[in-house]
Amino acid sequence: MNVSPTPNSFRNGPDERGHFGMHGGRFVAETLMPLIHELEAAYNDAKKDPAFKREMTHHLKHYVGRPSPIYFAERLTEEIGGAKIYLKREDLNHTGAHKVNNVLGQIMLARRMGKKRIIAETGAGMHGVATATLCAKFGLECIVYMGAVDIERQRPNMMRMNALGAKVVPVTSGSSTLKDAMNEALRDWVTNVGSTFYCIGTVAGPHPYPAMVRDFQCVIGDEVRVQMQEAEGRLPDSLIACIGGGSNAMGLFHPFLDDASVEIYGVEAAGHGLDKLHAASIAGGRPGVLHGNRTYLLMDKDGQIEEAHSISAGLDYPGIGPEHAWLHDVGRVNFLSATDDEAVEAFQQLCRIEGIIPALESAHALAKVPEIAAKKPKDHLMVVNLSGRGDKDLDSVAARLGGKI
Amino acid sequence: MTTRIDTRLADLKAQGRAALVTFLTAGDPDPKLSLEILRALPKAGADMIELGMPFTDPMADGPAIQASSQRALKGGATLAKTLDMVRTFRKDEAATPIILMGYYNPIYIYGVDKFLADAKDAGVDGLIVVDLPPEEDEELCLPALKAGLNFIRLATPTTDDKRLPAVLANTSGFVYYVSITGITGTAKPDANAVAKAVARIKGHTKLPVAVGFGVRTAEDARAIASKADGVVVGSALIDALKGTLDAEGRGNGKTVSAVTSLVSSLAEGVRSARSA
Repeated sequence: MNVSPTPNSFRNGPDERGHFGMHGGRFVAETLMPLIHELEAAYNDAKKDPAFKREMTHHLKHYVGRPSPIYFAERLTEEIGGAKIYLKREDLNHTGAHKVNNVLGQIMLARRMGKKRIIAETGAGMHGVATATLCAKFGLECIVYMGAVDIERQRPNMMRMNALGAKVVPVTSGSSTLKDAMNEALRDWVTNVGSTFYCIGTVAGPHPYPAMVRDFQCVIGDEVRVQMQEAEGRLPDSLIACIGGGSNAMGLFHPFLDDASVEIYGVEAAGHGLDKLHAASIAGGRPGVLHGNRTYLLMDKDGQIEEAHSISAGLDYPGIGPEHAWLHDVGRVNFLSATDDEAVEAFQQLCRIEGIIPALESAHALAKVPEIAAKKPKDHLMVVNLSGRGDKDLDSVAARLGGKI
Repeated sequence: MTTRIDTRLADLKAQGRAALVTFLTAGDPDPKLSLEILRALPKAGADMIELGMPFTDPMADGPAIQASSQRALKGGATLAKTLDMVRTFRKDEAATPIILMGYYNPIYIYGVDKFLADAKDAGVDGLIVVDLPPEEDEELCLPALKAGLNFIRLATPTTDDKRLPAVLANTSGFVYYVSITGITGTAKPDANAVAKAVARIKGHTKLPVAVGFGVRTAEDARAIASKADGVVVGSALIDALKGTLDAEGRGNGKTVSAVTSLVSSLAEGVRSARSA
């Protein structure tokens, strides 16, 4: 069960203005502000409504397929030769990733607010697919903004969204990737503010999005608490998850933030290397303001946002959720990074010895497991968040391996 | 204290006409032509100048201004160079107010206190920072007011009577009414709706109200100027500039005049509004 936050809790944020330490806040155009207040009120109201929770729990069980299993990766554990490694199988959710948890919550909120038109941005396409799926289920119009570059490297997901009845809008401005898709979604929202609900895919954006998306994703960590009790009779000793914006990581971490015995690791995408092109905002960025919040960002000396690079389209974002930025500042979460090459190697390892094809995003978390787990005793319990499945990434991996997979 | 913006708007009110506020992006299409355009604007009929601070991710702007920012950045634009441009302009133009318009991140990275001091010193009169709503007033608005710069806030069709007092609380110089829900340079404003909105805002403040977003022609300008204290034109001027560029985005001898001739026509529209 969840431990109730105490006054000194790491779980009390944000403050009423959406700040996590110096991060977070609400940095958006005036047109959106009234709607953001309306959304905040609607979310606060929904949180208190047992009927909302009941409906959410029902759909999570019967439509999403929760709880997702926690799987003891015996052969991976043997190969690494240290900690006992468990995988939280978010890849087994309907639509194939953790994204659906948050989208379900936001779509239910949109329905509650009477909004019939849903917009979303997507990088790898998993958030877009989850949004298209829930819009189909509930009969809502769905428009997904996706960078033209990402459409090229994630074509199967674009086809899935089309099949589900969503309209995928290619974004060709800026670097034609996730940050530009988010700019376009914000432009759409400003234009159609009366009719439209913006379903943000990660723990970023203006308050209350970072807190709201986190709350919807906490189902991951809440389940892990119960499942590890059942499997081992105690809490895990360490948690690892990949971080782009950071929603799967926040969902796993948040319920454990006040458990001092639990070590927490977030893994950013180091791309070609931290001294070259990468997407590691904490390792290689500094605090700035973009997309409605203050957080660590990749930028040049004049505050112009730089393009991020990762082999994983889902991590290819020049920022990180503001709560992660704060958890870094206060030292509660250890932020590491894994390169494209390390992620591809981890991808192959899990395929080969566990029969699971991980998303390239999750492969970044897996890439750091050997170096951490090998140093731990055999009774150390480590949980890795397998945030999504990797079918969508086979082309990217094949291209990296010279066509051979 | 009285700023150039206050003085200019009071003068125009005495003359019985609205102000023409023209927008250009600093450094577009290149630093030299951009400065030439800036210097030519007052003579062409601009009463106040909004100078865009280029940013990689202008979330509230339409395609014309986005592309304009990209051209400027490609040409090496920085916030420091934008301030230098104002400083140069001020050498031979003392009366026309300059309002810097943009997004917060470049200012935040430059350093708020240093930015305010340098902007004031360069001859900047006011700021419009699109992604700083009143909820974030401590960031820049309050320090700017203290530094003697006007902080001009946007009010929009979604800003209802309940929210309007919060939006107006620390606004100075004038109120910028965004006539559409949308991004710059897209939909055309409805003059009757604008008139109602201006009257509504004036019920809450003594500040002048300027209206922008979607104004393209002398006709549009005339229609808005008959209802408001100012008309802001941006994307149409950027489009005029863009129309002279070659495939690589380079300007030529026609670039400055393409902008100034449209400004002259808009100025005529504005000047004829109340006499019509």
